[in-house]
Amino acid sequence: MGHRATLRTMIAGLALLAATPGWGHAVSLDDAAGRYAIDRSSRIGFSVGQVGGGGISGKFTKFSGTFNLDQHDIGKSVVEFSLFPETVATGEPRVESFLRSRAIFDIKDFPQIVFRSTKISQTGENTAEIEGKLTARGTTRTERFQAELTKWNAHAISFHIKGNIYRAPYNMAVGIPIYSNVVQFDMTVNGVRR
Amino acid sequence: MWRNDRSSFGWIAIILHWTIALLIGGLVILGYVMTRPDIDPELQFELYQWHKSFGMLALALTVVRIAWWWLEVPPAHPATLSRYEARAATATHALLRMLTLAVPLAGWAIASTSTLAIPTFFFDLVVIPHLPFEKSEAAEAFWTMAHSWLAYGLAGIVLLHAAAALVHHFLYRDEVLRRMLGILPRRPASNTDTSASGSEKWDIGQR
Ligand code: HEM
Ligand code: HEM
Repeated sequence: MGHRATLRTMIAGLALLAATPGWGHAVSLDDAAGRYAIDRSSRIGFSVGQVGGGGISGKFTKFSGTFNLDQHDIGKSVVEFSLFPETVATGEPRVESFLRSRAIFDIKDFPQIVFRSTKISQTGENTAEIEGKLTARGTTRTERFQAELTKWNAHAISFHIKGNIYRAPYNMAVGIPIYSNVVQFDMTVNGVRR
Repeated sequence: MWRNDRSSFGWIAIILHWTIALLIGGLVILGYVMTRPDIDPELQFELYQWHKSFGMLALALTVVRIAWWWLEVPPAHPATLSRYEARAATATHALLRMLTLAVPLAGWAIASTSTLAIPTFFFDLVVIPHLPFEKSEAAEAFWTMAHSWLAYGLAGIVLLHAAAALVHHFLYRDEVLRRMLGILPRRPASNTDTSASGSEKWDIGQR
């Protein structure tokens, strides 16, 4: 009940902030609940710091996924996401082919990186922590991401999601310590109601 | 002992000579191996970083060595050398000194101009800044070619230089190689200046 009330207030607040005509009434979790497909307009960005400053940053341009916002309990919501590391884009072709190679993603043997949430807990008015299993290069580990609701309307919903992942446990340790072990994900995930 | 004297190399010159020789031999082999196109990409990355660290070490030691050569008076060529041989040796040594400086500098220029912008993290201890060159594919390609030609050129001259040393040792049976190994010749041997002792610096310019 508590979760539901908070999310309801949050969505109502956002709707008011947006001050869009027609949004003048409070929105309930009942309204936001449902199944969403992760839209292509999402941005899956990452960066890896390097010694002395700077680093590599880029994004993945092909991915897919869905999420279910539970009508009664946000904790029962589920996120599923996969991305295709082949589509890594950094602006430097040699870096990209290195990332695709056996040194890092090994896209021939492991064409997908998959995340499936196991636990979602609300952490603030419009924030939540998503815990789940990340599988990359044949290794599965529990990871956490922080999500913030940034936009909502009757058809679509957006989150800003951040998370720091250690890459060495996934057999992607090359370049440490010149390049950081930590990969910082910074994503804008847009869901379109199905 | 540590310093050169009139007829032989001191230990500083000897240790620098052989340490740098070993480093350069290793770097040429490493440079060749790591640039093979079919190499495992992870191994290639690691080998490049080792190459850059050892290359920078070679550069630092070469700077010390050239300073030492500048400050110290090198021993005179052994009297067994003909005028022509002495000149050839002096010229070869000057060329070797120049190339041992130019090769790692050109390597540093590759790392500095590369659009990959990979830091040179000297043995994972300190970051060596890039040279203040603009990064571009053209500049990187130029320095890669310069570094490669200079490095294999250096390797060729080293082979000649080593062959000459071996010829002196095994055919002429003179002291050329022995005095670079620190095996002191029976002095005064061919040298007429009997006052030169092992630790005394011979301070009349003889470059
Ligand atoms: C005396 C020292 C050095 C020697 C003898 C040496 C030798 C070589 C050789 C033989 C190659 C292979 C060339 C080819 O087959 O294309 C090479 C490549 C290379 N060296 Fe050095 N090197 C030295 C110092 C350095 C230093 C100090 C750096 C950078 C900090 C450096 C960076 C590189 C790089 C980046 C390549 C690869 C170029 C490419 O991608 O084709 N080297 N080096
Ligand atoms: C990268 C390899 C090498 C470099 C850069 C190099 C460079 C030099 C230089 C610059 C000198 C002049 C003396 C000095 O400044 O210390 C010298 C002397 C000498 N080097 Fe090398 N050298 C190399 C390898 C070798 C090898 C492999 C041998 C023998 C097999 C050798 C034998 C000698 C000898 C015998 C001398 C003394 C010549 C004299 O008495 O004037 N060097 N070398």
